[in-house]
Amino acid sequence: MSDQKKPKRRDFLFTASYALGAVGVGAAVWPLLDQMNPDKSVKALASTEVDVSSLEPGKSITVLWRGKPVFIKRRTQEEIAEARSVKLDELKHPEKDEDRAKNPEWLVMLGICTHLGCVPLGDKGEYNGWFCPCHGSHYDTSGRIRKGPAPTNLEIPKYEFVNSNTIKIG
Amino acid sequence: MSDHNYVPSSKIGKWFNDRLPLLSLSAHLREYPTPKNLNYWWTFGGILTFCLIAQIVTGIILAMHYVAHADLAFDSVEHIMRDVNYGWLIRYVHSNGASMFFLAVYIHIFRALYYGSYKSPREVIWIIGMIIYLLMMMTAFMGYVLPWGQMSFWGATVITNLFSAIPLAGESITNWLWGGYAVDNPTLTRFFSLHYLLPFLILGLVILHIWALHVPGNNNPVGIDLKKPSKDTVPFHPYIVVKDLFALLLFLIVFAFFVFYSPNILGHSDNYIEANPLVTPAHIVPEWYLLPFYAILRSVPDKLLGVIAMFASIFILVILPWLDTSKVRSAIFRPIYKQFYWILIIDVLILGYMGAMPAEGTYLLIARVATAYYFVHFLIILPVLGRIEKTLPVPLSITEPVLGGSPNPEMVKKRELYN
Repeated sequence: MSDQKKPKRRDFLFTASYALGAVGVGAAVWPLLDQMNPDKSVKALASTEVDVSSLEPGKSITVLWRGKPVFIKRRTQEEIAEARSVKLDELKHPEKDEDRAKNPEWLVMLGICTHLGCVPLGDKGEYNGWFCPCHGSHYDTSGRIRKGPAPTNLEIPKYEFVNSNTIKIG
Repeated sequence: MSDHNYVPSSKIGKWFNDRLPLLSLSAHLREYPTPKNLNYWWTFGGILTFCLIAQIVTGIILAMHYVAHADLAFDSVEHIMRDVNYGWLIRYVHSNGASMFFLAVYIHIFRALYYGSYKSPREVIWIIGMIIYLLMMMTAFMGYVLPWGQMSFWGATVITNLFSAIPLAGESITNWLWGGYAVDNPTLTRFFSLHYLLPFLILGLVILHIWALHVPGNNNPVGIDLKKPSKDTVPFHPYIVVKDLFALLLFLIVFAFFVFYSPNILGHSDNYIEANPLVTPAHIVPEWYLLPFYAILRSVPDKLLGVIAMFASIFILVILPWLDTSKVRSAIFRPIYKQFYWILIIDVLILGYMGAMPAEGTYLLIARVATAYYFVHFLIILPVLGRIEKTLPVPLSITEPVLGGSPNPEMVKKRELYN
């Protein structure tokens, strides 16, 4: 039995065949799995332009971008002050309001609760921001998670002001 | 399994049976020795088989009229309800059939828990059953998405978002599941495809479930091993067939009550509003049969741990045969287990009720206690109880306590071993 331990020509052939077979199966299965990923037509809808000229301070609108709701909120001075006065160590997911809203009057963020994806309701909750009715997450006037099961703040998408009246999301 | 050398009486039957022994199989199914003390809790296997076939037949018909597209699905369901001949009936049988299916499967599972049917040598039957149960939940969830109402859409959003709790890969996985950046048309079409596929996988697993059952034979209310065939058994046909059919008839009365008198009571009225990705309904609740798991998910304040707890509550059932250390199967002879069994049932019912209530205040507190107890039951009480419980003496055969006769030699040996 001792000479069995040395790999033989046949063992090499077996290993090589299995390895090649595994690569072949992998290559055949990949297209079957990858077809489920977002396709080109979905990715093509990458950006949306929104006219915000009619938005009064304190009001917000919800627009659809890539099938997801985006909140655009024109904040009042009190809301900005409230968001900026919070100490970072009180936050579950510490982020400065200055980093979340480059232009303090405008808060642009995905309207998707980071817990399980519901749309939070505006001007609700214990922190005067947003409240998710599904599982009770409270967000503040900067869209930061303050209470409830959501792990992170509401996500800020990539956006820019094309001109003073138009925001381009994506 | 009974050994028999079945020989068909007709010449052509013999010719065929020599080439494909279907007639031998049918003879095995008819003669299959079944414990003669099986009670009505044992009829739910047959009822479940009926439910599966009814779902497949009505489902295939609905798919002839349904359109799997985000813009058309909702209207096509209304078209089925209003225009298609008997469409209302077929859809109500299908949607209430799902609830009846789960009602029967829960009774079937809790029967196994009471009489210890998951214990050696029936672990594989139990595990296949749990896989079937998991596939049933997936199938039911995807089916609920197809009408593309508000509950469909937001139920799909919440459940698929469970996977976003996975560290690092979470977002790629959800995007892959959706085929986009949110639940949308690609999600609907793939759910339709899988909703059509999974019942046939379930059917295949049901065949394995029955095959695995026919190796050791049925467990029975006293939970002892039987000599087969013997005075303790009766042939499956006609004794069990007739009993199963009678039970099915009673079950169909309940089924028909829901279909004809309150077809929407188990659903949610919000699902008659077309899906709107901008507005989440105020109270999202899953279908009643998923509520206990939903309560467990919500009772944990951390997202990832909540998801883990929910999946663990199902997985824990898979390893149950090794968690329950008691050698005695039936709760009839386990006076303390019997009490914990009923506490578990109450616990699961409480979890179900809490799953339907908003997750706040006292409701949340009760849900947390009930969740903790659920895990304590399986992880602490069952392993410990099997070691310390003083069980009652089990009979040596089904007929022994009444007739004093024909003890099963294997049971005699077992009793000598343990006493």
